[in-house]
Parts: sequence; structure tokens; C-alpha cells
Amino acid sequence: MINKEFFFKGFKSILTPDSPALALGCCFIAIGALLKNLGFNIQESIFSTMLTYALPGSLVMAESLLVGASLLNIFLAVWFVNARLYPMAVSLFPLMMHKSQPKWKYYFSCHFIAVSAWLIMKSNYKSIEKKYRIDFWIGIGCATWTTAVIGTFIGFYASDYLDKNIMMGLAILNPIYFLCMMVGAMKTIQITVSVILGLILGPIFYFLSPEWSILLGGLVGGTIAYFIGELNVN
Amino acid sequence: MSTSVVLAILVTSLATFSSRLLGVISSEGIKETSKLFRWFNCLAYSTLAALIARTIIFPVGVLSDASYLSRIIVVLFCLFIFFISKRNFVYPTVISAIMMTVLSNYL
Repeated sequence: MINKEFFFKGFKSILTPDSPALALGCCFIAIGALLKNLGFNIQESIFSTMLTYALPGSLVMAESLLVGASLLNIFLAVWFVNARLYPMAVSLFPLMMHKSQPKWKYYFSCHFIAVSAWLIMKSNYKSIEKKYRIDFWIGIGCATWTTAVIGTFIGFYASDYLDKNIMMGLAILNPIYFLCMMVGAMKTIQITVSVILGLILGPIFYFLSPEWSILLGGLVGGTIAYFIGELNVN
Repeated sequence: MSTSVVLAILVTSLATFSSRLLGVISSEGIKETSKLFRWFNCLAYSTLAALIARTIIFPVGVLSDASYLSRIIVVLFCLFIFFISKRNFVYPTVISAIMMTVLSNYL
């Protein structure tokens, strides 16, 4: 079963002063308000956040519904936007794999992969014994997921009091927070070049293909950064 | 709950969870010291950076109504605050929301 000590240690990690809980919560307040404006009821809004738990995907779904897109179109659009979760999982789960832990923990907890939880885990995993990292991760995931659900709930009911300017303010919080966290993570040449190239190539590839821009920017930028880092080490 | 919305939510969650689950299944044979892991680490950071840049420069949703100028001012000023506050994450995050709310009135 889940080790309670490490679970709660992970859960409490979002209570630190520089935790992403504030930014995450505010963004889901914006999502809650947006979903209400699109005609979702409270159950659908909460259900959406609980099951999807990925901001860009929720936004794409909402916009696709608005223009009357088919279910297949919604699936493909969301898949393209959220395909970033694949390299995020591959670059995180090997740090947590331990043969004494049951596999269901990994399959269950992959639902918590999101930028905020991923960044918290990346900056804390070294301080946790490898055997218990998955329990720590589940704690982080439950905390950030709960924050998202509460944010959606608040946003849904507060939407009548939020004007467009405040919604814009809430919407910029998350990218700014993530940008600062990414800049803060630039401690090795590989990560530094990865972040810089991703920031440059993402928008450039948008002109070639909006759907593929994130994946192409990440693939090309990350691969170049990898080789630069390897050459530097050699 | 209307059927179409529920189906859209289910389809969205399926599209999202598939990437997560495939990532975990692929992770099973990868050692954290391997070159493949380092490559995926670079891909993850670069993809996230691309996503952030796209969210700011080509946003979807309410942020698309904010002018380019206001977004650029907010980003540059918040990065400045981030560095002068000794890499504190909270100050630039809070200031970004306040600045965007105010600037979107005027720019």
C-alpha cells in the first residue's frame, strides 16, 4: 500500500511559500469560470477537471465544443496539445521505478502528470529514498489535483463577479509561473539550451503547423540540446 | 449533464491519459543514468518551454484578447522581478496577474 509518511510529505510540499498551488489554483479558477460561460454545469466542470487535469487540453476541448467540432476532432486536437505529457512521463518515472513497488501505483499515478506536479517532483526527488518516491509523487499529485478541483469549483461560482480583465490576469499567472520555474531549472547546459530553444522554436513552428508546433519545437530543440550537452561532457 | 458534453469530457480525458500511460509503460525499460533518459529529459524541458511560449504568444481562450504589447510587458517585467528577488517564484506570479488586469484596461 501507499506509505503514509511519504504520501503526506509529498502532499505538504505544495504548502511551501514558492509552491505552484497559488498559480495552479488561480488558473483553474479561470477554467471554472470559462466552463460556466460555455454552458457547462457544476458537475460537468468538476468532472472535466477531475478526469482531464490538464489546462491546455481543457481549453482546447472548451473551444472545440464552442465551434461544434466532432468528437474525433476534439480527440485529435487534445491529443496534439497534451502529447507533451509523454516525454514528461518518460523523463520522470524512471526516477521513481523500484522493483519492490507494485505496478498499479505507477499506472494509477500517471494521471497526476502535469507541469506543476512534474516540476515539484523534479526539484525534490533527490531528497527522497528511491523506494518511496512513488508514494511521495502520489502525495504531490493528490495535492495539486485537489487544488485544481477546488479552483474549478470556486471559478464556477465566482464567474459572475469576474470581469474579462480579471480573467486575463488569472490566465497569465500559470505561464508566468512556469516560465520562472523553467528559468530557475536552467542549471545544466542541456536544460538551459533545451528551455531556450523550446521558447524560440515553439512559436516559429507555429507558423508552419499550429497543431504540431509544441511537439516539433520540443523534439528539435530537445534533440539539439541533448547533443550540445553530450558534446560538452565529452 | 448533457450527453455531448460528457462525451467530449470522456474523449478529452482519454486523449490525455493515453499520453501519460504510454509514457509510464515506456519508462519501464529506461534507466535514469542512460542516454535515452537524458534525451527524454531534454525533450520534456524543451516541449514545456515551447508550450509556455505558445501560450503567451499565441494563446487560446481569454488571454487571446489581451494585446501583444501588454503580454510582452508583463513577461519581461516579471522575469526582471524574478531575477532581482533572488529567483522567488511568488512575487512575479502575483505581480503578473495584477499587471495584466491593469494593463488590459489600457493597452
